[in-house]
Amino acid sequence: MLQEEQQVFSPPEALVDTPTHFCPGCHHGIVHRLVAEVLDRLRVAQDTICVASVGCSVFIYNYLHVDAVEAPHGRAAAVATGVRRARPESIVFTYQGDGDLAAIGLAEILYTANRGENMTVVFVNNTVYGMTGGQLAPTTMVGQKTTTSQQGRRFETDGAPLRMAEIIAGLPGTVYSARVAVDTVQHIKKARKVLLKGFTNQVENRGFSFVEFLSACPTNWRLSPLEANERVGKELIRAFPLGIFKDQESGGPDTESRRSE
Amino acid sequence: MYQDVIIAGFGGQGVMLIGNVVAFAAMEQKLRVTFMPVYGVEMRGGTANCTVVISDEEIGSPIIFSPQTSILMNQPSVEKFQSRLEDGGVQLVNASIVDADLLEQDRIRTISVPANELADELGSVKMANMVMLGAWLQATGCLPLKAVQAALGQVFGEHNARLIPLNQKGLERGAAFVASQAERPVL
Amino acid sequence: MKTEKASLLVKGNEAIALGAMAAGCECYFAYPITPQSEIPEMLSRILVEAGGEFVQAESEIAAANMLLGATACGKRAMTSSSSPGISLKQEAISYMAGSQLPAVIVNVCRGGPGLGSIDPSQGDYYQSTRGGGHGDYRTLTLAPASCQEAYDQTIQAFDLAFRYRNPVVVLGDAILGQMKEPIQAWKERAIQDSRGLSWSLSGARGRKPRLLKSLYLSDGALAGHNRLLQEKYQAMRVECDWEAYKTDDAELIIVAFGSMGRISKSAVRQLRERGLPVGLFRPITLFPFPDEPLAKLAEEGKRFLTIENNAGQMVDDVRLAVRRQSDSELYSVLPGILANPTDLLEPIQRVLHT
Ligand SMILES: Cc1ncc(C[n+]2csc(CCOP(=O)(O)OP(=O)(O)O)c2C)c(N)n1
Repeated sequence: MLQEEQQVFSPPEALVDTPTHFCPGCHHGIVHRLVAEVLDRLRVAQDTICVASVGCSVFIYNYLHVDAVEAPHGRAAAVATGVRRARPESIVFTYQGDGDLAAIGLAEILYTANRGENMTVVFVNNTVYGMTGGQLAPTTMVGQKTTTSQQGRRFETDGAPLRMAEIIAGLPGTVYSARVAVDTVQHIKKARKVLLKGFTNQVENRGFSFVEFLSACPTNWRLSPLEANERVGKELIRAFPLGIFKDQESGGPDTESRRSE
Repeated sequence: MYQDVIIAGFGGQGVMLIGNVVAFAAMEQKLRVTFMPVYGVEMRGGTANCTVVISDEEIGSPIIFSPQTSILMNQPSVEKFQSRLEDGGVQLVNASIVDADLLEQDRIRTISVPANELADELGSVKMANMVMLGAWLQATGCLPLKAVQAALGQVFGEHNARLIPLNQKGLERGAAFVASQAERPVL
Repeated sequence: MKTEKASLLVKGNEAIALGAMAAGCECYFAYPITPQSEIPEMLSRILVEAGGEFVQAESEIAAANMLLGATACGKRAMTSSSSPGISLKQEAISYMAGSQLPAVIVNVCRGGPGLGSIDPSQGDYYQSTRGGGHGDYRTLTLAPASCQEAYDQTIQAFDLAFRYRNPVVVLGDAILGQMKEPIQAWKERAIQDSRGLSWSLSGARGRKPRLLKSLYLSDGALAGHNRLLQEKYQAMRVECDWEAYKTDDAELIIVAFGSMGRISKSAVRQLRERGLPVGLFRPITLFPFPDEPLAKLAEEGKRFLTIENNAGQMVDDVRLAVRRQSDSELYSVLPGILANPTDLLEPIQRVLHT
């Protein structure tokens, strides 16, 4: 006798069923999907306003069934502040790359976190400016070659990579800050849990949550998708340790950051 | 009816305050009025000044180079504004601290008011600004003294209400001083 | 709704804040700068007391982008600054023009270039009327000349912003901002329904998701978008506004806006008293520029003298407007010089008698 077919897997409803423009092996697509899963899980997609940033992920609004507004390069957190203040009842998140968030938009992200704006920031760190062709980013590792650091990043001239999850955790306004990766199934599962927490905090009005994703960029790293994925596990996680750097009930002037994992 | 005035003195002499009081009183008299303060950098140099224009018609420029009248509370103000007064204009000068030798008498008319002494007699040298304003009101006949006294209440607010009677006396003292000097308003 | 109220003696900056309140502004974002700080100072109190949102941002860049976010939600929202800060806001203004967002931006202009000074200046005329940031866009620009106009035109700015879904600039200067005059605060505060709009963001419950963007990459899309914007800018021409003072029998017409318009009016009055045939044309909307009434005056054979507190910017628009019959002379009062009517008498007479 034939068993009746059982659906054990379906794409998230918040995700638009369409091929993406991302390069093979890019992790943006995985992170998009995790965002969609979490919005579904919390049943908030229809209450959500997404603030898109400038970078490879600018088209996030083509892939999620949510209201969206496009921010200038680096300014997503400020735009999201405006949205948050105008719509206290909505779910608000930004989705930003490392050039966007940690270079040109550093002031905006620090101040938004410090004000404890009730929102979630999805930060995708691929150690390069992906969209513009793989230039040196604020998160490029020392020694890493990019199109504008062809001998490898030198601390003496370029400084060291910024560890944003740790920096954000140090701000009193932040309630939650973590770094995750999506290079293995195990890491993806963990990442989903962390992202769920990042959005749940907002649903529960706790304050500012920040989730950093380590991401592969095979095209600009000049690696195959598999090699790029491996590099995340071997090199990136060493330079940017995974973990939850802050997790508390609410933000406030005297909160301490702590480190688990 | 049209009347303009530049009011100038040291920061702290209450120059902006009397400008505001006149402007407020003019508004309450249903006249048009502009009050233009100097501000920021220029103010930090020591002298503060403001320009008030009162008219029963729409006012054009709130900025006046050659005013009809001036209230000059200190020496630097005389140095800066005396020569700018229009021909035949009237300046009221705080004679307590201004060198009399500097004052023009022919081209323009100068009324010297010993404002600090008169204020002192009232119990506070801080009233010198009100004395000067009262003198100006008497000299120009531009607004009723009573209207300006009433305006003090609005400008001072509740917090400083206890200061109002003394300030009103200051206005009266200045007006009386000019009245004793001349039979009729000089303008 | 007009209500008869007692007059208030307020600075131009305060009149702007009161106008924003009356217009139903719910969100305000800014960074301190002289000579406009009375606006944030006042709104930090009265807007918050009225339940609105006030954020002192970390920079003008952030403030303008907060404005972008709030207007994307259909809220009446505003930022204000002075010249150097307005330069920093230009990127966001360009995005808001591209995304068709109804933002109100107040510029209490000061002397430039660079840090310049805090003196009055009209040096940002080009910046306000030519777009100011990158790309082919325009912002409606209003130029109040009195505290009452500052109040009225701030209210009008919100209405226009929503009518055209376009950023509107209120361009004042330090004279307007710092001067006190009585105003009639005639309008009761009323809050607009931000969810009822066909384009505003609020979460896609029960409807299709909405997107507000300025990026158009597919073939022909950007040209189409630009065509639409240009048609909108053309349609704005019905909003042209100006004041004509004693122009009918004038031989020479002074063209001046904002504070310079007022100062020129005093000069025109004094010259009229001497029997000289001069008049004043004061553009109130700087974009759209009232070129038709100017062209008509040119057809009547009038001559023109543009007076500006800058090196000569609006004079370009005057010349374009009258080019078929006439031209305009320029008298420039450079930023850093406080203009007054007396200084204008001689230059006006010189042009009149040539
Ligand atoms: C003001 C401004 N400067 C520069 C750019 C060009 N630009 C577009 S995307 C980008 C960097 C994107 O890198 P990142 O934020 O790391 O995102 P990724 O593309 O790697 O996902 C830059 C510099 C821009 N759009 N605007």
